[in-house]
Order: sequence, then structure tokens, then C-alpha cells
Amino acid sequence: MASAQAPAKLINESAVEFLTTEMVEAMIRTIKDDTLRLGTDRDPTFGNPNDGAGGPKDYSEGDEAMEAVYYKLEMIGFRVGERLIEKISKDRMRFTDNLDVVKFVCKEVWMFLFKKQVDNLKTNHRGVYVLQDNSFRWFTRMAHDQSSAESVKKVTPYLWFPCGILRGILSNLGIASVVVAETSSLPACTFQIKIAKTA
Amino acid sequence: MAKQYKTLGDDIWKNKVEKINAELFTLTYGSIVAQLVKDYEDFSEVNKQLEKMGYNIGTRLIEDFLARSAVGRCQDFRETAEMVSKVGFKMFLNITPAVTNISADGREFSLVLDENPLAECVELPDQALVDELWYSNILCGVLRGSLEMVQMQVDAFFVTDTLRGDDITEIRVKLVRYLEEEVPAGED
Repeated sequence: MASAQAPAKLINESAVEFLTTEMVEAMIRTIKDDTLRLGTDRDPTFGNPNDGAGGPKDYSEGDEAMEAVYYKLEMIGFRVGERLIEKISKDRMRFTDNLDVVKFVCKEVWMFLFKKQVDNLKTNHRGVYVLQDNSFRWFTRMAHDQSSAESVKKVTPYLWFPCGILRGILSNLGIASVVVAETSSLPACTFQIKIAKTA
Repeated sequence: MAKQYKTLGDDIWKNKVEKINAELFTLTYGSIVAQLVKDYEDFSEVNKQLEKMGYNIGTRLIEDFLARSAVGRCQDFRETAEMVSKVGFKMFLNITPAVTNISADGREFSLVLDENPLAECVELPDQALVDELWYSNILCGVLRGSLEMVQMQVDAFFVTDTLRGDDITEIRVKLVRYLEEEVPAGED
């Protein structure tokens, strides 16, 4: 583990973007490979330069398939979140309550991941928190020059990974939750955290 | 020649790149590999999937590279090696692998990485060691994809990896052939 004194290692932010974008495509490919399962037909597009061209593809190919993709991307995010919180909050005092945790997410976590804070936090004080980001960093660099509805549909899978990150962070802090995200007008998006009632 | 590329790479890193903490990158990559291992079980398939991911990334990343570096065409493959290690790797990963073992005909070289942001604090499970998982294989794909976009068909593969207990982490890059320059097909 890196010592507290060592300066944080930095990389180019576009490396992260390239990776997370391709990650979504890769998980969709794993689903297609599962359904092909014919032996010889494995990965017919391997090495095809056109495979990487263009943006997200059309995701109306069956809810079951996309649910599997959702599950994978969310889990990838979950594992990241679990480990990330250990690095971000090493020196933190223990949180006083759930709201304290969510505020931490809105400030320090968002800063770490997206170099800005959440723009707006709402809660019903009964376990539901809505985090609004008016300019979600991972969207600001994606092309979205199509009509709104189409763009929204295409970017949806790219939200599943950050949802998992948030759920993983909360989980490691002892909080069970459900996290969903939605975007109606790019590049803004909201994350809704529902914290399960303690038994 | 190497020195001017190093200066260029350092300058781009310092002045033209948005930087972020590498933790997210390292953890995300690790989590992706873990997911692929779950999905495919067979490590050689995981290697292939990582390479393919890298290939796709490489085909897009080259534009970013060319835009920021504004370099012209390399005179030969040796120059390509220097460009890749001192400008390419520096710009994106903030590392500068050493170029070694250039073949006599100049068509092969090795990149030796003394640090690797993909693999910080990573330990491979025993099975991955036995069954030859090349953890950072995405890098080989990135090399293949990006160089293909500038008319070089290459094979890139890991020779050794400190993650596997080897002394050094070495990627071998072989020029297969130069590709015909194609008339651009228009907008992406």
C-alpha cells in the first residue's frame, strides 16, 4: 500500500475516459459471446478496426442482455468503490450519520473522481438522497449531437459503473443501498441513493 | 533524437494534459480484469479480450496523441520506438519505458516498464500465474491499434512481467509491415 507521505501518482484523465468507455463496449461483447456459444463463432469482429469506431451502439437488443451488462458494469464499479473509499478516507474520522457520509460523497468523493463537487443534494430525510451534477464530467467529453432522447439512451450504460462505485463506497462504510442514475438532459445527471433501513 | 522526444513528452505532460489521480484508473482496470476472469475463466481468452479492448482504445487514442504532440511521420521504426516510449507512454500514463533490444534490421524492439500504473498494488492469484494471464495485455492492444492507424501493422506481446515473478516487465513490438496509405473515408 502506498504510504501516506508518497505523492499521489497522476495519469492523463483521458486514459481513464478511454478505459471506461471501452469497458462498456467490452461488457456488451461478453454478452454477445455468451449468446453465440457455438465454438467457431467466437468473437467474429476480433481485430476489426470498425468495431471501435463511433459511439455507443443501439441498446434495444433485449432487456435480458442489457440487464446482464448492467449487472457486470455495476459490479465492476462496486469493487472499485469498495477499495476506493479505503484510499480516500484513510485519515478521516468516523462519520456521524448517513447524511454525513452522503455529504462526504458529494464533496470529497466527487472531487476525487470528477474534479468538482455535486451541484445539488436533496434528501427526504427518510433514506433517499438525490445528487445532482449539472455537468457530469464523463459526459462533457462524449459526443452527443443527436436528438436528446437518443443521446440519453446511448449514455445510460455509462452511468451504471459510477452507480456501482457509489454503492461500493457506501457498502464499505457499512451502509447498504440501492443507487440509480438518470439523465434527461446531457450533460446533467442525477444519482439517487436509497439507503436501506437498518433492521 | 531520444532526448528531443523526452523533452517533448515531458512538456506535453506538464502543460497539455488534464491530470487525475491514478487510483481510479488502477482500481477500474483491476476490476475489469476480475470481471473478465469471471466471464471467461480461460486466461488466454482474457488475454485476448484485454488485447482487443486495447486495440479499440488505440484506434481512438492516436488522434489525441497526434493532436497534442503535433509530430510528423517517423523516419523509421527505431524512431517510432522512441516516440512511443518517450511521448506516447509519457503523455497518457506518465511513465517512460526504456527502449531495448532493437533487432539488427530495426524491425523489432522491446519496451521495458519499470513502473506500471495498471498494476500498482496488484497481486495475481496462483491460477493466473500457472495459466499465463498477462495482466496488462491491454497495453499490447493499444500499441497495435494506435500504430495501425499510422500505417504500421505490428505484433505486440508481453515477454515477461514482474507481476508473474519475472525480473522485468517487457513488451516486445515487431513490425509486420507498413500499410498502404488509404484515402480517408470521411467523417467518423
